[in-house]
Amino acid sequence: MSILPNIMFAVILIAGGGYFAMNLKKIIRNIKLGQDVNRSDNPSARWKNMALVAFGQKKMFARPVPAILHFALYTAFVITQIELLEILIDGLFGTHRFFKPSLGGFYTFLISFIELLSVLALTATVLFLSRRNLLKLPRLNMKELMGWPMKDANLILIMEIILVCCIFTMNGTDEVLYNIGKSHFEGQGSFGFTVSQHLGPALFGNLSEGTLHVLERAGWWGHFIMVMAFLNYLYFSKHLHIIFAFPNTYFANLNPQGQFDNLQSVTNEVKLMMDPNADPFAAPAPDADATPAKFGASDVQDLNWVQLLNAYTCTECGRCTSSCPANQTGKKLSPRKIMMDTRDRLEEVGRNIDANKGVFVPDGKSLLNDYITPEELWACTSCNACVEECPVNISPLSIIMDMRRYLVMEQSAAPVELNNMMTNIENNGAPWQYNQMDRLNWKDEA
Amino acid sequence: MSANLTVPTMAEMMAQGKQPEVLFWVGCSGSFDDRAKKITKAFVKLLNQANVSFAVLGTEESCTGDPAKRAGNEFLFQMQAMTNIEVMNAYEIKKIVTACPHCFNTIKNEYPELGGKYEVVHHTEFLKSLLDSGRLSIEGGQFKGKRITFHDPCYLGRANNVYEAPRDLIKKLDAELVEMKRSKKNGLCCGAGGAQMFKEPEKGNKDINVERTEDALETRPEIIAAGCPFCNTMLTDGVKFKEKEGSIKVMDVAELIANAQDL
Repeated sequence: MSILPNIMFAVILIAGGGYFAMNLKKIIRNIKLGQDVNRSDNPSARWKNMALVAFGQKKMFARPVPAILHFALYTAFVITQIELLEILIDGLFGTHRFFKPSLGGFYTFLISFIELLSVLALTATVLFLSRRNLLKLPRLNMKELMGWPMKDANLILIMEIILVCCIFTMNGTDEVLYNIGKSHFEGQGSFGFTVSQHLGPALFGNLSEGTLHVLERAGWWGHFIMVMAFLNYLYFSKHLHIIFAFPNTYFANLNPQGQFDNLQSVTNEVKLMMDPNADPFAAPAPDADATPAKFGASDVQDLNWVQLLNAYTCTECGRCTSSCPANQTGKKLSPRKIMMDTRDRLEEVGRNIDANKGVFVPDGKSLLNDYITPEELWACTSCNACVEECPVNISPLSIIMDMRRYLVMEQSAAPVELNNMMTNIENNGAPWQYNQMDRLNWKDEA
Repeated sequence: MSANLTVPTMAEMMAQGKQPEVLFWVGCSGSFDDRAKKITKAFVKLLNQANVSFAVLGTEESCTGDPAKRAGNEFLFQMQAMTNIEVMNAYEIKKIVTACPHCFNTIKNEYPELGGKYEVVHHTEFLKSLLDSGRLSIEGGQFKGKRITFHDPCYLGRANNVYEAPRDLIKKLDAELVEMKRSKKNGLCCGAGGAQMFKEPEKGNKDINVERTEDALETRPEIIAAGCPFCNTMLTDGVKFKEKEGSIKVMDVAELIANAQDL
C-alpha cells in the first residue's frame, strides 16, 4: 500500500493549518494596534455572555425563522467536526472509518445525526442564497454590500453546499461499495446511516466499482480540501465570526447600554482646571506623557482593541442597519458600514505595516473622511438599537461616539447648531439661551 | 390648575437643618421648555399629594452635560458633571428622582466614576414605588377605558432596562394599554437622542419622529404616553405633522396620573 496519499494529506494539512495560523497572527497583531481597555473584570458574567450569546445564539432568536436555519447550519458545522477528526486520523494513518469498530452502534447514530443536520444545513444554505439573491431582502442588498461583500456572502454559501455534497458523495458511494463488500471498510453489509443508506443506492447504485471508488475518494478528499480552503478563506472574508463571536461576546461591554465611557485623559485636565490649589504655571510632572493624549478617534489606532475585534467579528448581517432609525429614514448612516469601514481601514493599515517591515508609514489616509464621513456620524441618535440588535454584541455606537469626540475636541467641527447648544451650556448651564437664575421660575407661573 | 405648589430648594432645606427624602432633578427641559414645565408641575403635584419630602436645586442646578457628551464634547460634559457633583455632594444627596431619562441615565451611570454616587430613579419608577407603598393612590378617572400607547424612551428602556414601571402606572388608570409593533427592547427612537434635539436632521427621506408617530398611530390610540420631555416634543410635532392633534394627545405618564386625580 502506498503511503503517498498520507504524505499528500499531511502536506495539505500542514500548509493549510500553517497559512491560517500565520494570517491569524496578523489579525491578532492588527487588533493589538488598538488602545488598551480593561475587559478582565467579572469573568463569570463574561463566560455567561459567551455561553448564551455566542454558543447559545440567544440574540439570533429575536428573528425566529432565520435563527432556526442559522442554528441548523451552526450545529451541522460543529458536529461535523467529529467526522473531520476521523478524516484527519484516516488521512494521516491510512485507516478507513477509524471510529466505527470502537464506537459500534454509537458510530451509526453519530454519522446519521451528522447526515440529518447536513440535510438541514443544505436546506438552510439554499434558502439563504434565495433570500439574498432572489427575494432580495433589503438589508442584504444595500449599497455597502455591492461588489466584494456580496460575492463573499454567496461564495461562503456555495462552499457550504459543496461541503455537504462531498459528505453525501463520500457516504453514499461508500454505502454502495459496502453493500457489495468492496468498501475500504472490512466486510459486507450496510452502514445504516439514515440518509446515505437510501441516497447512496438511489444515486450511485448503477455505477461501476471503479467509478464508485473514484467518487468515494473524491468526496473524502473534497471534504478535507474544502475544509482547509474554507479555513483559509476566513481571513479574507466576513465569515470570521464563526471564530471571533466567542472572544467578542466574552470581551463585550457589560455596563448598561446608556453608559458611555468617561475619558480619563479629560478627567485629569478637568480636575486640574477645577482645583483651586493647582498652579497654572507649574512645569509638567517629569513622568507626564511627552505627547498629550489625542481626544477621540480619527483612525483605527485611536480605537480600542475591543472595537477592532468587533470589526473582524462583524459578519455583515445588517440587523444593526435595518434597526437604525437614521438609516430607516434615508440618512447615510449605516452601523454595518461603520464596522465594515473599520475593518477595511484596519486591514489597509496592516498591509502597510507588512510592506514596511513592521512599522506603519503614514499614508495620508484615515478612517475619518476617507472611509466614514462626518455626515454619517452626525446622523446617529445614540439610541442603541444597533447595539441591541447585534447577535454577537458588537457596538457600532461606541465607534461613532469616539469619532464624534475627535471631530468636536480636536477639530471643533461640530454642526453649527450643536456649537450653539454647547456654548449655551457653557455660558448659562442649559442647552438653550435661558438664564440659570430663571431655573425655578416655573414654580410660580400659572 | 391649582396654584399652590410646594417646591422647597435644597438651600432652604439646609437652612432649616432638614434633609429631604429625595432630590427632584428638574433638568433643563423641565425648567425652561413650556411643554415640559407642565410635566414638572404635574409631577410636583403628585409629590405634594403623597407628602413626599423632596427638594430641588433651583438656580444651583445646571445641565447634566448629556447633550454635550453625546455630541462628543467630553470636556464640557465633565466640567458640568463635576460642578453638579460638587453641589450635590455638598448637600449630601443620597437619592435623586428625575422626569428626564437623559438626566437619569447620565447621573445614574456616568456620574459615579467622577465622584457622584447616588441612587437615581426615573419619575415613573418613583411613582410606582409610592403606589406600591400606599402613599399614593391612583384612580382611572377620565382615562378609564381609553386607548393609550406608551413610547419607550431609548435612555430609559434599552439604555437602562426600565420597561414596566410606566406601563404599570398606565394600567392602574384602568386604561387600555396598547403596544406599538416596535416596543420595549425593539422600540424606535423618537429622533431626539444623541444631541439630535438641538440640530436639524441630516438629509434623508423622512423625519424619524414622523416614522415613530406612524408606529403610534397604527395602534389607533387616544393618547400617546411618553416618559421623556424630548420624546414628548418629537411625538407632539409628529402628531401635528399627521394633522391628528385634534383627536390624539401626547402626554407624560405623570400628567396622566395627576389629571386622573384632577390635581
